[in-house]
Amino acid sequence: MKSEFQSQYSTKVMEHFMNPQNVGQIEDPSGVGDVGNPTCGDIMRLFIKVEDGVITDAKFMTFGCGAAIATSSMVTEMVKGKTVEEALEISNRTVTEALGGLPKVKMHCSVLSEQALKSAINDYYERQDKPSPVNIPEDEHEQCDLYDSDEEE
Amino acid sequence: MKRIYLDHNATTPVHPEVKAAMLPYYEDLFGNASSVHSYGREAREAIDVAREQVAELIGASSPTEIIFTSGGTESDNHAIKGTALSKADKKGNHIIISPIEHHAVENTCEYLEKRGFEVTHLQVDKYGIIDLQNLEDAIKDTTILISVMHANNEVGTIQPLAEVGKIAKERGILLHTDAVQSVGKIPLNVDELGVDLLSLSAHKIYGPKGIGALYIRKGTRIDSLLHGGHHERNRRAGTENVPGIVGLGKASEIAKKEMEANREHLWSLTEKLRAGIQEEIEFVRQNGHPEQRLPNTLNFSFEFVEGEALILSLDMQGICVSTGSACTSGSLEPSHVLAAIGLPPEIAHGSVRISLGRDNTEEEINYVLETLPSVVNRLRAMSPLYADRMKKRKEGKL
Ligand SMILES: Cc1ncc(COP(=O)(O)O)c(C=O)c1O
Ligand code: FES
Repeated sequence: MKSEFQSQYSTKVMEHFMNPQNVGQIEDPSGVGDVGNPTCGDIMRLFIKVEDGVITDAKFMTFGCGAAIATSSMVTEMVKGKTVEEALEISNRTVTEALGGLPKVKMHCSVLSEQALKSAINDYYERQDKPSPVNIPEDEHEQCDLYDSDEEE
Repeated sequence: MKRIYLDHNATTPVHPEVKAAMLPYYEDLFGNASSVHSYGREAREAIDVAREQVAELIGASSPTEIIFTSGGTESDNHAIKGTALSKADKKGNHIIISPIEHHAVENTCEYLEKRGFEVTHLQVDKYGIIDLQNLEDAIKDTTILISVMHANNEVGTIQPLAEVGKIAKERGILLHTDAVQSVGKIPLNVDELGVDLLSLSAHKIYGPKGIGALYIRKGTRIDSLLHGGHHERNRRAGTENVPGIVGLGKASEIAKKEMEANREHLWSLTEKLRAGIQEEIEFVRQNGHPEQRLPNTLNFSFEFVEGEALILSLDMQGICVSTGSACTSGSLEPSHVLAAIGLPPEIAHGSVRISLGRDNTEEEINYVLETLPSVVNRLRAMSPLYADRMKKRKEGKL
């Protein structure tokens, strides 16, 4: 059984994992980002509320490991109060840094949170029929090769 | 905080009597068993006693059929590579294994495959039990070895090994079994099972880590892995780990003596836990065979949550269990066992193994039953999959 994850989470990650901020949905969101894939073991759904170009609220729901939950929590904390343009500056690296680092095998979990944020902002632009400046980072799910059966006969 | 250890298939604490039996061999009785003087003789005698204790536990007809190794991994390697090497030039190069073997077997066979051996993985049903017809069909003229584990470490399912033994014997093929998880937990007799080679490990039965044994039926041709001195009748070179061997011997003796009592105790605790979990928590599946299982092992999938998150949450409450889940986006390897029994990936991701031990109590199980539902609910409350499911239910679609 897997044990790579044990022992390597920072205190900050554990704090956010045990007491995640902004869990839930926004009833009437300005944008929603839905990324990941249940067969790979992770899904993040991120809701934002934008008023006058400023993100006034953010909430998330995540199916995933401890790091996925902690980065979701952190990214929603980081975007609140930022303008949409400022929020686009947030990357998986800044989220990870704010959490005091992540084990190497867990870096893709933080990529997922960046994807979720960018896709929520993208959705916000699309809902307003504005051209979206968003560059959503590479999806890592091609790597998700669960049950890639190795049977030959 | 009080901690509750429910991960005995990973390892067990050393039994106090085992530790007491070992200690003198770190102190006054430190001799090298190959020495002719009295220190050597004391060590040699201790090894002889341990060999008998292990032989006794598995019903070997002679202690000379037991060799000591560094653990389950080495025993598996020795059995498989040793057979492959001894047969390669003569009879054949085909090996048959189950798809739910421990990596010590699985990866050893993969290694041999890269070196020209042919390996067939059998199929298993949804409980993890192999199909005997499938086995018969897989056998070829070139088959030199069948290796099927006795009980699975992740889901606890016990194989109909005696039936496999009959088939192997009829066809004149050697049968190896990784019995690391079954030895000491359930009655086991090498003759009744018809196995030629059997791996066991001390640290799963309240003995020390880094010591194990390989049973080699008299007359079985098998090459050695380690060459050097004349230890273990030339079958495994290296100065013997005397304290470890003494520990394995003592652990075997105690396991035999306590087996019936432990089995009953563990079965009743796991049944209580199983019933409680299934009653208290929705969307749970039991993995592995509900009856043909190790008395101490349960495996569940909690839908809509991910295993690592669940393990970490339980750990914060003092409950130590393990998971076969691993998110694949990061290319972590998920459990091949759960894949082989046909669990859909999203459900395999929420799987947890709970493996009890002799010291667990009913109070501890009660605590788990009080704690687990709220831990699962907390994670489900965050899960978009659960939210979607609840929405559908509300809309009357499910
Ligand atoms: C089924 C099985 N085989 C082999 C092993 C390896 O044994 P060891 O840790 O003694 O090398 C284990 C334990 O991890 C096991 O559960
Ligand atoms: S979401 Fe894949 S391991 Fe964290």
